[in-house]
Order: sequence, then structure tokens, then C-alpha cells
Amino acid sequence: MSAPVPRLGNTPTRWRMQATPIICVLIASALPPMLPFLVQSPTLPPFGLMFLLAWRLLHRDLWPLWIGAPLGLFDDIMSGNAIGTAVFLWSIIIITIDMIETRILWRDYWHDWLIAILACLFFLAGSIMLSWISGAQASLRLILPQTLWSALLYPLIVRIIAGIDRWRMMA
Amino acid sequence: MASASSRRPGVNRRAQYGLFASYVIAIAAGLAGLLALILSVADPAGFSVVRAYTAEITRPVAATLSSMVKGIGSIDEELFAYVNAGSQNAALRRQVETNRIKIIQAQAIEQENIRLKKLLQLTDATDAEVATAQLISSSSSISRRIARMNAGSRRGVTIGMPVRAPEGLIGRVLIVGPNSADVLLLTDSQNIVPVRRARDNVAGISSGKDDGTVEIRPLSAGRNPFKPGDIMVTTGTGGLYSPNTPVAVIVAVREGTATAVPLASPTRVEAVMVERPYEANIPDPRAGMQSANTNETEAP
Repeated sequence: MSAPVPRLGNTPTRWRMQATPIICVLIASALPPMLPFLVQSPTLPPFGLMFLLAWRLLHRDLWPLWIGAPLGLFDDIMSGNAIGTAVFLWSIIIITIDMIETRILWRDYWHDWLIAILACLFFLAGSIMLSWISGAQASLRLILPQTLWSALLYPLIVRIIAGIDRWRMMA
Repeated sequence: MASASSRRPGVNRRAQYGLFASYVIAIAAGLAGLLALILSVADPAGFSVVRAYTAEITRPVAATLSSMVKGIGSIDEELFAYVNAGSQNAALRRQVETNRIKIIQAQAIEQENIRLKKLLQLTDATDAEVATAQLISSSSSISRRIARMNAGSRRGVTIGMPVRAPEGLIGRVLIVGPNSADVLLLTDSQNIVPVRRARDNVAGISSGKDDGTVEIRPLSAGRNPFKPGDIMVTTGTGGLYSPNTPVAVIVAVREGTATAVPLASPTRVEAVMVERPYEANIPDPRAGMQSANTNETEAP
């Protein structure tokens, strides 16, 4: 299999440029209910959020600021959280990243990683705290394995996104 | 990466307004999410239709993958059993001897039970089972403990039905789609089951801890009556779960509460049974009396 080669004068279709990142995040959100894992405590990292962060940190002008809401709605439907959890938390994360970017002029790979870990930690802790409203009594220590998985898997997801982004840019 | 231009509009008035508008839309969308969250807390069934139908999309993938990995999951157990074969053989033989005696006793008790039930004109409801299904996936990325099974309303499953495995109770049906249903597992902190100790009638309440164990709180005040190794079964109070379904075995006792592990682990059960709520199986006492009356009138 040969690597894709850009052809001079060709530009990728608008559809491909716009839809690829969104489809990526949607598939990542739909991953937990498709995998045949029957786990007894939360184990898988929030794949949807991690793909969203990877795209957002790679291309800042890819999406409008409100993208967290529609993608979060799909994630809520898929993950089983109360509808609105990810809509609210992802919106906060996207807005916060935008505000951080106006402060920090230069971002390194390690900054991205740290931002992603903190965002995952915020989302996991936030979704547990929001589930307390409806009467759940999950303790916050349950998010530790998930946070660890997020931190370890994020570099891999960045590589995957970089590969897909390369394909996206090729005409 | 240098700061890009579109989020730093500079003196361009139009770009400034655009940026401001995008912030307003984003914050409004986030707040709409918070509103939806409050609505879904007030009315948990409201969004379940959406979720039930999206489950139809993911079900084929999950069912195919789960049928592929069923064999892999138990490899470690089989290896372990192989290593312990010798000592296990001797222990099992002793157990068979004691069980044989108990089976004979149980058969005698069963006969007596049937006779007594006939005397009381109670019919034993055996049609409680609605469907048999497999658990195909679970909510593996969030703190709630929900499993998905491959049977839904087309096979008669409705919301609230208890789900059990041969080993014990699994949970109850939360959301139903045409071909799939979500089961609120015993280990979810919103699943509360009235239980009692199997060997005597010390009652308690079981609620999940979201980490694979359940918490058993005794109903009676005072000293905690439970000890590690106690087996808890359902009482049938509330009319949902049929009585004497095995629930959990206690592994640790702390002040006031006890931690228990469910006897039927969703990760290991081959198939689950969906049953009718227990209350629906209790025959109407008036119907029983009527049939008794007709018997009396027919007899002479």
C-alpha cells in the first residue's frame, strides 16, 4: 500500500474537509456501546472527548466555538450519561481552550497533552458530580483508572488524528 | 504554533462582533445542555426513546463482536482449573457426597411443598419468564452501571422487568427498544433491592456502589448483624423481584454497613432471563376463591 501523494493543482472537496473531523468524533463517541466489554466499574477513557480535543488542538479554526454542544449531545446519547452532561461540560472545555489560546502565544506538544489530561479529568469528575443531582452516589475515586487511560492513550490518538488529517488534506 | 488571526480580530469591527457572537452562541448552547440535564433528571424517561433507537444502530456491531470474544474471556479461568485439578477433584468429590444427601432431603421437602400448595389451592406461576437474551455491551466509559442486551419490545420486554441469570439477580430493565434493552445493573447506585439473609430473616437494603460491589445496610438499628460469607436473597417486598432470588455474598463488614459482591457477574453469565414483575404472577385471591367455590358446587 503506497502512501497518498498530493497532486498539484487539486484541492480536497469541501465535504471531505468539513466532515472528516466530525465523523471521527462521532465514531469515537459511539465506540463504548459497540465494544463488547461488560465492565463492573468505569474503565474506558472518554474517547469522544479525546478525539474532539485532538482535532481542536491541532486546528484552531476548524470548528466554531459552539461545536461542543452538538457533538456532546451525540456523546450523551451514546454513552448513557444523562442528556446534557457532555453538552454542558464540552462547551465549557472548548470555551476554556479558546480563552487559554488567547493567553498562551506558543503551545508545545506537552502543553497539548496537559490540556487534554486536565480536560478529561474535568469531564470525568464533572459528569460524576452532575450524576449526583439525579441521586447517584458514585465516589470520585472511580475516575482514577479512566484518567490514567486517557493520559496514556492521548499521544496515540494524536498520532491517529495526524494520520487522518494528512489523508484529509490530500486531494 | 503561533496564534492565528481569526480569534484575534484586531481592529476589524466586523470580526470583533463575529467573535463575540460565537462566544454568546457557545455559552447559550452550554446552558441549554444544563437545562436538558435538569429536565432529564426531572423526567428520566423523556429522552429514552432517542437512546433506545440509537441502540438499534450499535447493536449489530456489539452483538457480533461479543459473540467473537465470548471464548477469550474465560481462558484464564480454564487454565487455572487445569492447574488445580488434583485438589479440586478431591474437594468436589466430598461436596458431591454431601450434596447427594441434601438433594434427597430437598426432594422430600418439594413433595411436601406441592401437597401443601394443593391444599391451599395456590397455583405455582411458572410462566414468569418473558425472554432469554445475552448481554452484549455495557456503559464502560461512565460511572453509571448499565448493560445492553439483545432482546427488546419485539420479544415482550417492557420497562421495569427484572432480569436474572441462573446464578442470581442481574438488575432491571431501564430502557426498551425494538430489539435491544438497557439493564440497570445491581451494582448501580440507583438500583435499590430489598434483601434478607438466606439462612435467617435478617432484612437489609442493597444498593450499588458503581464499582462492581453492592452495599448492604441492615434495616434493624443497633449492631451490624452481617458477617462475611452471608448470602443475601431477595425478599419480594415491593412486588418487582420474585422472592428468594440470590443477590450477593458479603465479603467485608464495616460499621453499620456491609460490602457484598453480586453472585451473578454480568461479565461471566452466558445468558440472562427477563421475567415478569413478581406482583403480576400472584394470582388474584378472589379468582382462587371463586374456583374453590365452583369446585365445591360441582363436587356434590
